[in-house]
Amino acid sequence: MPWHSLLRPGDWLVLAAGAAAVILSLPLLGQGGYAEKAVIRQDGQLFAEVDLRAPRRVEVPGPLGTTLVAVEPGRARVVADPGPRQYCVRQGWLARPGEIAICAPNRVSVQIAGRTRAYDSLSY
Amino acid sequence: MTASVIELKVTEEDRRVAWLAAAAVALALADAAIPSPLPGVKPGLANIVTLVVLLRFGWGTAVWVSILRVFAAALLLGHFLAPGFFLSLTGTVCSLATLGLARHLPARWFGPVSLSVLAAFAHIGGQLLLARLWLVPHDGLFALAPLFAGAALFFGTLNGLIAAKLLAENPVKAAA
Repeated sequence: MPWHSLLRPGDWLVLAAGAAAVILSLPLLGQGGYAEKAVIRQDGQLFAEVDLRAPRRVEVPGPLGTTLVAVEPGRARVVADPGPRQYCVRQGWLARPGEIAICAPNRVSVQIAGRTRAYDSLSY
Repeated sequence: MTASVIELKVTEEDRRVAWLAAAAVALALADAAIPSPLPGVKPGLANIVTLVVLLRFGWGTAVWVSILRVFAAALLLGHFLAPGFFLSLTGTVCSLATLGLARHLPARWFGPVSLSVLAAFAHIGGQLLLARLWLVPHDGLFALAPLFAGAALFFGTLNGLIAAKLLAENPVKAAA
């Protein structure tokens, strides 16, 4: 008995609806959207918005010295910071929208932003 | 003191439920033995039994067989009352409820495959909700939803076809 003879007309409808549900849920896979830019703030004020498409280095002056931010395609990180505990440096690469590294002593923060804001902030 | 004998009346229906539940448990064990790339993605072979029972003996029997299977399989696999058990129970309850509604669809148009796919989506939907509310209280969980939905569609179709084939090859005997 051929397999397709086991399917009734409505079954195709249900299968199509199921396939549609799968396709509609696909955007959830890349949840949060793509990382588009790094928002660098100094003392709470916007210092720079760096596009994440091209590699770049940004020096951010603060009360303790210079915080060095590195940008690569799709990600960004704090490379060097004059702060004593280096939390923001040790956080490493930030790649998902909402992820943030805060160098509190030097009052610098780096946050990844995408087209859609899925989270207020992400930290681990 | 006289020895008292407790005799349980066993009806034909009881025997049938026990037989079918045993078959479902065997399939559930086979299911658990199949390696899975992602926890939660399983063929759900035992649902073939649920479908056949539903269409042959009615929803009440299907509920009995499914719930017995969930408990017995959990005891045998050693995850009774563990998170996996509650996920499995939730999925089964959701798909049974869906089947309870979907069986009223006109049978001329909607066959076992429809029932199977609808039940599979209800199964994974219920599980995702329980997991979101209880186990992983974070929306990041839904990033896996497309994979689960894809698995539900694929295995739902497969199980439905198998159930349809079984039903077609074993027509109801006049006496049975």
